[in-house]
Amino acid sequence: MFRSQVLVCGGTGCTSGGSTKIVEALHAEIAKNNLENEVNIVTTGCFGLCANGPIVLVYPEGVFYSQVKVENIATIVSEHLLKGRIVKSLVYDETLDKDAIKSLNETNFYKKQHRIALRNCGVINPEDIDEYIGTGGYEALGKVLTSMKPEDVIQTILDSGLRGRGGGGFPTGLKWKLARNIVPNAPQKYVCCNADEGDPGAFMDRSVLEGDPHAVLEAMAIAGYAIGATQGYIYVRAEYPIAIKRLEIAIKQAREYGLLGENIFETGFNFDIGLRLGAGAFVCGEETALMTSIEGNRGEPRPRPPFPAEKGLFDSPTILNNVETYANVCQIILNGAEWFSAMGTEKSKGTKVFALGGKINNTGLVEIPMGTTLRTVIEEIGGGIPDGKKFKAAQTGGPSGGCIPPEHLDIEIDYDNLVAIGSMMGSGGLIVMDEDNCMVDIAKFFLEFTVDESCGKCTPCRIGTRRMYEILEKITKGQASMEDIDKLEKLCYHIKENSLCGLGQTAPNPVLSTLRYFKDEYVAHIKDKKCPAGVCKDLLSFSIIPEKCKGCSACARVCPVGAITGELKKPYTIDTDKCIKCGACVSTCKFGAIIKK
Amino acid sequence: MAVAFTGTPEQEKQLLAVIGEMKETKGALMPILQKAQEIYGYLPIEVQKLIADKTDTPIEKIYGVVTFYSQFSLYPKGKFQVSICLGTACYVKGAGDIYDELKKQLKIDGGGCTEDGKYSLDACRCIGACGLAPVMMVNDDVYGRLTTKEIKGILDKYS
Repeated sequence: MFRSQVLVCGGTGCTSGGSTKIVEALHAEIAKNNLENEVNIVTTGCFGLCANGPIVLVYPEGVFYSQVKVENIATIVSEHLLKGRIVKSLVYDETLDKDAIKSLNETNFYKKQHRIALRNCGVINPEDIDEYIGTGGYEALGKVLTSMKPEDVIQTILDSGLRGRGGGGFPTGLKWKLARNIVPNAPQKYVCCNADEGDPGAFMDRSVLEGDPHAVLEAMAIAGYAIGATQGYIYVRAEYPIAIKRLEIAIKQAREYGLLGENIFETGFNFDIGLRLGAGAFVCGEETALMTSIEGNRGEPRPRPPFPAEKGLFDSPTILNNVETYANVCQIILNGAEWFSAMGTEKSKGTKVFALGGKINNTGLVEIPMGTTLRTVIEEIGGGIPDGKKFKAAQTGGPSGGCIPPEHLDIEIDYDNLVAIGSMMGSGGLIVMDEDNCMVDIAKFFLEFTVDESCGKCTPCRIGTRRMYEILEKITKGQASMEDIDKLEKLCYHIKENSLCGLGQTAPNPVLSTLRYFKDEYVAHIKDKKCPAGVCKDLLSFSIIPEKCKGCSACARVCPVGAITGELKKPYTIDTDKCIKCGACVSTCKFGAIIKK
Repeated sequence: MAVAFTGTPEQEKQLLAVIGEMKETKGALMPILQKAQEIYGYLPIEVQKLIADKTDTPIEKIYGVVTFYSQFSLYPKGKFQVSICLGTACYVKGAGDIYDELKKQLKIDGGGCTEDGKYSLDACRCIGACGLAPVMMVNDDVYGRLTTKEIKGILDKYS
């Protein structure tokens, strides 16, 4: 028995911040102080509060050290672990309460969260199957195989109201039912897991795989039993090396324990899982494209019907669910459908994980009950906007979603409400933007993404998105007319109606939603030739504030086109006709005398 | 950008072993290409031809797959692979300016490689360190909360 447990976040965010070196330093310091038999060091998955990483949590006290550096480790070990004195200067300030340490669950970031999919993330060592089993892991699979019929499993999932967390929101139980019944005597069926998290800015699936990989394996085996499949595939982004490594370890351990493979729980049920790595194609998040990619082809989508439930991977009946969807399944089996459906709104049950990013204080991963308002997520859990700036929009659904303006901050988050205001749930990226972000530029950013990622198979998407991008570029350069907005809008609807797959059908959403809520910004670019947020370079002009300029000539020396002239020790001036708006002068000036607007 | 192929017999032996191992696997082409890129660092036409021969797959299919996915490269990468995250979270925090600064410093465009083969520059879509936005990577090192002023100093560390 150890008297202290030290948990270090080993998620991608904290690892990027140096947590691997922190673990090494902890081991070294603990050895130096002869504490090896008293203190246990555990590398866990993501805690969620990435903004304050790297994170070190010490039990039994529950002390939450944030933004820890390698240099701090000697102090933490000698003071806290050896002498029992908490190093208050390193403790996350929200948990400091005069003399006492508050529980993490009382902080603004955690107190309104409800963790089901993330329940083991930041709690167990994801590379040790015993820790997963210790928290009730593989009990659901045991229950299903020994006491439930496949039909009962499907009914439980149906009753729970669980909908696809990858963004579409299709009822999971219905998907399973179709795959079980459409081709009852298929010689082979497949269970696939979509871990090709393509929305740039969403990382919940990665965190689940890094923090609790067995939960996904167990749920896939349950799905296999329910639909009558013996083989599963996880299609995971190659950009997620830590998730891949932990999945490989988890699959190996599950096989060793007889929880994957043949005759699981001695019930005669066989199920195994293989990993397939993506190679960087956003369209492979679309179900038919993903399956085509696993088959070893260009990941192009194909028309439906036939739906995968009838003819999917290798032409066999197949189900494909997202990582977060699977992460809910075992808990539903163990706690019952009613427990799950008691949470959330009428049509959206349970919780949803969001990746909070952009202009927000508490960047990180949050899991909230459906129906929580956007305001609660941004202002309370997220801690608001940094530097006292004004909230402008929240973007959900990534390149397929839309921007939500301040007037809709009190919306209760669920699938249908978000669609009603022109955005969508998507996989759960939630990017906050402030007054310094230009909405036309953001729309252009997403279009550039879809132009780049369009697979090229169907014309509306391949050519239509490019034409949209060109119009947006014209607007941001101040070369567009008001008719271009009408053209753009028409194009949006054509592309939505005529594209083959979800990528094209949703690609216009960022444009449509910004046109709906921020049309004044488009108009300002076109009519006034101004970018109100000061982002679009072609519409900016640089000038020197004479009162602030010391006449040091630094800007003139760095200007590549000789647009800045003046006399030493007197205010300089910029010739705007010559200026190429490279911004070199702004970053050189030590006195903040050069402004762009 | 023609670069002479410099594959060694050892590399070929490794690749043949991978192909032998995977031949019976369903949908083996992607994993074979991924291993091949690990072995050679990129997928020149010579390597694609070898895979086509040994797996009885038409070369046009192999080329089609290689050019479809952004992770497969037809050209060698630099000794130091610089990639800037252009995910949404990084973008709204100014990753576009960092990208411009990198292009300016390295005098190459995205997807390019400096003439001395030292640096290559790519934009990538979210490495998942959104808490540190804006973020860039040089090989396996991650740099977060970047400003344009820091770029030169970071690049100078690699030479």
